[in-house]
Amino acid sequence: MQSPHVDELTDALLAMDRVRASECMKSAVNGGPPLQGVETLVVPALDRIGEMWAEGGVALSQVYMSGRICEELVDQILPPASPSRKRQPRMAIAVLEDQHLLGKRIVYAILRASGYELEDYGAVELDTLVTRALDDDIELLLVSTLMLPAALRVADLVSALKEAGSDCRVVVGGAPFTLTEDLWKDVGAYAMGATATDAIELASAWRDDGGGQQ
Amino acid sequence: MTSATLSSLDNLLRTLEHREPERVPLILMLTMHGAKELGMELREYYARADCVAEGQLALQERYRHDVAVAFGYAAAEVEARGGDVVFRPNGPPVAGRPILSGPEDIRAMAQVDVQNTPCLARVLDSTRMLADAIGGQILIVGIVVSPFSAPVMQLGFEAYLDLLHSGDPAFDRLMEINQRFCIDWANAQLAAGANAICYFDPLSSTTMLPLEKLRDTGFPIARATIAEINGPAGIHLASGRVLPSVDDLATTGAAMIGVSALEDLSEVKAACGDRLAVLGNLNGIELARCSPEGAREMVRETIRKGAPGGGFLLSDNHGEIPYQVSDEVLRAVVEAGREYGRYPIREDL
Repeated sequence: MQSPHVDELTDALLAMDRVRASECMKSAVNGGPPLQGVETLVVPALDRIGEMWAEGGVALSQVYMSGRICEELVDQILPPASPSRKRQPRMAIAVLEDQHLLGKRIVYAILRASGYELEDYGAVELDTLVTRALDDDIELLLVSTLMLPAALRVADLVSALKEAGSDCRVVVGGAPFTLTEDLWKDVGAYAMGATATDAIELASAWRDDGGGQQ
Repeated sequence: MTSATLSSLDNLLRTLEHREPERVPLILMLTMHGAKELGMELREYYARADCVAEGQLALQERYRHDVAVAFGYAAAEVEARGGDVVFRPNGPPVAGRPILSGPEDIRAMAQVDVQNTPCLARVLDSTRMLADAIGGQILIVGIVVSPFSAPVMQLGFEAYLDLLHSGDPAFDRLMEINQRFCIDWANAQLAAGANAICYFDPLSSTTMLPLEKLRDTGFPIARATIAEINGPAGIHLASGRVLPSVDDLATTGAAMIGVSALEDLSEVKAACGDRLAVLGNLNGIELARCSPEGAREMVRETIRKGAPGGGFLLSDNHGEIPYQVSDEVLRAVVEAGREYGRYPIREDL
């Protein structure tokens, strides 16, 4: 069930109005479980903004600022150490062989604003990413790319993880995958996130099926 | 069939005047493929002005298209300020860690001497070599990153967005410094023999920032900068959407605009009217995956939507064709461009 404040929060976020966004959050939580407030208010609002971006209706900077504002607000009601934070699946996010970090930052903020905790590996080379994902026993690895060579490199990442016996699901996002519908399949990814909020859906699906096979 | 009578450059100028030329100009933005022609690694190729010029001439010979690009890589603009560049074997070099960490660094920025900074001087040398070889026959395009978009490389995207929304006067200082550099850099390329400047401004797309914000920032900065460039300029938003801001972009002084593959070319063409010629919008990523037949079909459809009436140049959507696009596919693009792009454009295309 969605909170009746979703429209209001969406408007406040697009206007980058932290005060109004905070008031919406207080009204939605209203003494109830914080996670419920997050799921019924924050997630639908961010999802709506993500869809608007995909349709060209809002700008990436608005998606970014919305994620940042929500991340801060949710941290207040659901601190990082809170037992109510969602720690499954074990997730990590990284930019593969590139320095364009914004897409990763947006997805990271939106997942945290949705109550998830995840590792942020930053911008890393392939070998480092494989090692870290294996060491941390990552179950859902989100990989952000901006340029085609990095997008194609995901195929090597998927192979390396498989060869090491990992069942980690590699989810890709970024311009090359948005511009070409099936590129994510070519590189052997588990899925592609067209918008930042697709990551919430994928994490949620993993929880629902317990990380079972596709 | 009549044979062509207009030179490549005259044919292109005619389309920029929004008249139907003899054929659709073909602008293959091949900034990396010259290295393949010479059998060199990209890093080694970019390090030598003579190789870049030779590579462009070899590509000209191979594809007979309508542009030569002396440009190396966008990250040279941060390299000129002491920044690192990360070279990869199969893609464009990119800027390494940001060179600016905040307002203090911005206040301390000095101007760059574009003539005597090695990574920029190489581009000027390549431009002169190309001008000696093909000047007056083929368009030689110079490339600059806009003052408004350059901070994505200088500061990092996140820090720059934070600065943009902070109201800190360091933003104005950064724009002032970048604008001076951009004008000097564009004019140096024109003086070296470039015929026109491509003003890359991906941040001035509504894909990236809201229209209202751009009306206070990116568009007035583009207007002021382009006004001081001593030659014709096109504006390219590097895959960002243009349609919501065509009316604003038409006031920047640019003669041409690069169009995203995410947009319908017919709609963009109609919105531009005779204010802006349109350049685009073959999906470069798709070209890296598709067959020659697929490329031909993409070209046919793009020409069908964009070419009638002139004011159109066939190119990719990003302003740089991926290194992974094969010779076979590029040949198919050229052949289909020649076949379908002859004016008058066939009505049954």
